[in-house]
Amino acid sequence: MIIAERKPLNEIMDMVKDAKRILVLGCRGCVTICSAGGEREVEILASLIRLGKQKAGQEVTTIEATLVRQCDKEYIDSIDQWDGQYDAIVSMACGVGVNFIANLHPMAKVYPGVNTSSFGGSAEQGVWSEQCAGCGNCILHLTGGLCPVARCAKSLMNGPCGGSVDGRCEINKDVPCIWQSIHDKMVRIDNAAGLAAIAPIRDWSTSGHGGPRKTVRNDLTV
Amino acid sequence: MPFTPNIQAFCCHYTSQQTLAEGPEGLLADGFPKSVTIHRLACTGKLEVSTLLKAFEDGADGVYVAGCPADKCHNLMGSQRAAKRVGAIKKALAELGVEPERIAMYHLERGFHPDFVKVAQEMDERITTLGPSPFQGGTK
Repeated sequence: MIIAERKPLNEIMDMVKDAKRILVLGCRGCVTICSAGGEREVEILASLIRLGKQKAGQEVTTIEATLVRQCDKEYIDSIDQWDGQYDAIVSMACGVGVNFIANLHPMAKVYPGVNTSSFGGSAEQGVWSEQCAGCGNCILHLTGGLCPVARCAKSLMNGPCGGSVDGRCEINKDVPCIWQSIHDKMVRIDNAAGLAAIAPIRDWSTSGHGGPRKTVRNDLTV
Repeated sequence: MPFTPNIQAFCCHYTSQQTLAEGPEGLLADGFPKSVTIHRLACTGKLEVSTLLKAFEDGADGVYVAGCPADKCHNLMGSQRAAKRVGAIKKALAELGVEPERIAMYHLERGFHPDFVKVAQEMDERITTLGPSPFQGGTK
């Protein structure tokens, strides 16, 4: 899922400094799962915005709402029900939600309530770790299912850099050297020989270097 | 002009048993400040961040939570959870330029204990010194 975390409050307060009516809009997707932008977080942020405005002696009203998703036009369209009732939207969805609202509501002032961090999963309760870089060209079948693009600090494609110590990355001893993990995994699944293959020079155009990526499924388009 | 703070206390069932046994008059006789309003909860672990923030929105000058000792919570980790939520609000208050000391977490022994009155007095003194909540704007 997409991992996000709330932006520093003073950044958000600065964004909405001129707004008197604010729609604080959560998303029931990924940001609910990682406790960044679901119903509970909308309630908390709306309260903090009201308190910040009260402190500044400014009037404000907030509308608190949470959409099923903010990455589909059908759900974004439901914002229409609050037409004329807000000066600004603070979207607590990932950056996709903010973009979708900006695309579909050209006149709306829409601000991000969260920083979108990474594609990851729950490592333990309250901890999420990056697992995938969304680079568009998976090589996981060659690496025992462990991603060196996302999980190696240098995104190396042909083994470790030489900086790791005791299987830990040189950037931070809390981070496992993913190439050590890949090696161990390949040995365990009896495929150590696979590590001898040299990965060819990679075409990074699928990783965003070729401009915004677009996926089209002709079997699904109408 | 003298300032009487509005302090909202959220206490778990076990740390606030004194309130039941002594009643409001008994507590006052012990020195429990009038400025503190007690909200009794089954467990402080159930407290939502938004509930504590709402207390400030509703005019509290100070808020505190009293739960079991961190390592002896009746419900195992309830008071530890509450402490984390109080910590999150302290951070948010600081971001808004408001004294984080306006909210506090206390871990108290269960049942009758003089500390139940003592922390209320401590908060009363602290909030009286800090003055009215900056969230009230010009209304106070």
